[in-house]
Amino acid sequence: MPPTPATPRNKMESRDLTLRYGSKVAIKQVSLAIPEHKVTALIGPSGCGKSTFLRSLNRMNDLIAGANHEGTVFLDGRSIHDRTLDVVDLRRRVGMVFQKSNPFPKSIFENVAYGLRVGGLKDKAKLAARVEKSLRGAALWDEVKDRLDESALGLSGGQQQRLCIARALAVEPEVLLMDEPASALDPIATAKIEELIHELKATYTIAIVTHNMQQAARVSDRTAFFYMGELVECGPTERIFTNPQEKRTEDYVTGKFG
Amino acid sequence: MKHATRRVVGLSLVSLTGLAAFVIVAMLALILLDVVKGGASHISWKFLTESPTDGMMGGGIFPALFGTAALTLLMTLAVMPVGVLTAVYLHEYAPPDGKLARAVRVAVANLAGVPSIVFGLFGLGFFILFVGKGLDRALGYEELHWAQPGILWASLTLAVLTLPVVIVSTEEALRAVPLDHRTASLALGATQSQTLARVVLPGALPGILTGAVLAISRGAGEVAPILFTGAAYFLPDLPSSLNSQFMHLGYHTYVLATQSPDVEATRPLLYATVMVLLLLTFALNLVAVLIRTRTRRKAASGH
Repeated sequence: MPPTPATPRNKMESRDLTLRYGSKVAIKQVSLAIPEHKVTALIGPSGCGKSTFLRSLNRMNDLIAGANHEGTVFLDGRSIHDRTLDVVDLRRRVGMVFQKSNPFPKSIFENVAYGLRVGGLKDKAKLAARVEKSLRGAALWDEVKDRLDESALGLSGGQQQRLCIARALAVEPEVLLMDEPASALDPIATAKIEELIHELKATYTIAIVTHNMQQAARVSDRTAFFYMGELVECGPTERIFTNPQEKRTEDYVTGKFG
Repeated sequence: MKHATRRVVGLSLVSLTGLAAFVIVAMLALILLDVVKGGASHISWKFLTESPTDGMMGGGIFPALFGTAALTLLMTLAVMPVGVLTAVYLHEYAPPDGKLARAVRVAVANLAGVPSIVFGLFGLGFFILFVGKGLDRALGYEELHWAQPGILWASLTLAVLTLPVVIVSTEEALRAVPLDHRTASLALGATQSQTLARVVLPGALPGILTGAVLAISRGAGEVAPILFTGAAYFLPDLPSSLNSQFMHLGYHTYVLATQSPDVEATRPLLYATVMVLLLLTFALNLVAVLIRTRTRRKAASGH
């Protein structure tokens, strides 16, 4: 028997997390670990709570009026709902890429530099270096290096989404949350994003919500299946897709509903 | 038969709406034509740069031109910060259904419906008799200093009048900034105030400037609010301090039209004054529109 590899550390972990919008329960008592330097995919039909769960990992749900929670989420063993924890710091450590690419109506350079500037970095040489590093990290540098001063809105959809990834990478987060990052893109742009996710997991811990099961199978190490606000099953991606233990998971991954 | 009826209804609707639209254009064209025909020949460099003479039957309109410009500028300086800050509070900070926000909105809506002569009386009662008198007492002036009509009080009165315009259009502009941009900013670790300063306000700037355009063109043409608060019948000197009275194109028009002993002699002056007033208002609008288009293009190209 080969020696069992050391279990990866859990970068983030939710414990009995329940989230309501007003009195409507969006997720129910979810306990899920996000292991370090792995890609964790969250799958499930629309409205199952997977996006809500993802957004609760960097407290983006705080922005929605009437949202309230029970239970908590740990980041490196510390509760993100701790009173002494600043939500601004949390969001710098846990970055997010949204479903619809949402570059600011600013130049390419200023988009990537945004997080650094609001963090107080003023040194021009350092800014330029970090912008280049982030754009390279998002595999966009070669395409935009000659037009950093042009508007980000002139980029194609796929480029815009990689720009948003670069923008998130620039603040050097530890965790990257991606909410269906490729759902609005064509297959070629999608392939680029997936390739990127593969490269990024060496440096970052990634959680990705996706509607596309092939994508979950391609990019993730672990998969969590959500249904009606509950976490039904979570395990290594291969097992979830080939040998799920729950009937509902099997029905979903084989396409019987969803 | 039915088909024919439908055609008739359709055609008559097209002609009815078209006619209504045409009436608007025709009205504007008639007004402009009349004003230009009567006034253009009398406008000269001398007319623009000299004071009225001969009991207002000769000379130019420079004091009125200068007074109008200064008044409008002061009004803009007063109304923009207050209006924009109010709108930012309403849209960004106040709880949507909060009592204060609701009270402010009701006040704004009602303020917009108050006749402008009432603003004039309000300016007289509040700014001059209350604030001005209080200032005089506090600063120890023996004679009337602040407690008399002056350009400051007139511009503040106009600022109150145009406040609803600025608040409503700024709020509209803030609403038009995509939620996506706010969430993106917050997700990058920006605070709410950083998001406001770096994303929301720049995004809303074209709309805020539109509010300024509307406020200026409204304010520059109003006469009633400044009747009691600072406009002078005849004053060859330019306003030298904030408590000076001033001449105003709109009021000057009224004076020329109704107070002249010789209507025939004054007529060309009257036409020319009206034309200058119109040109000034158009020019102010044009400048603001140009600024707006430029910021919009800048925002889109991302510099």
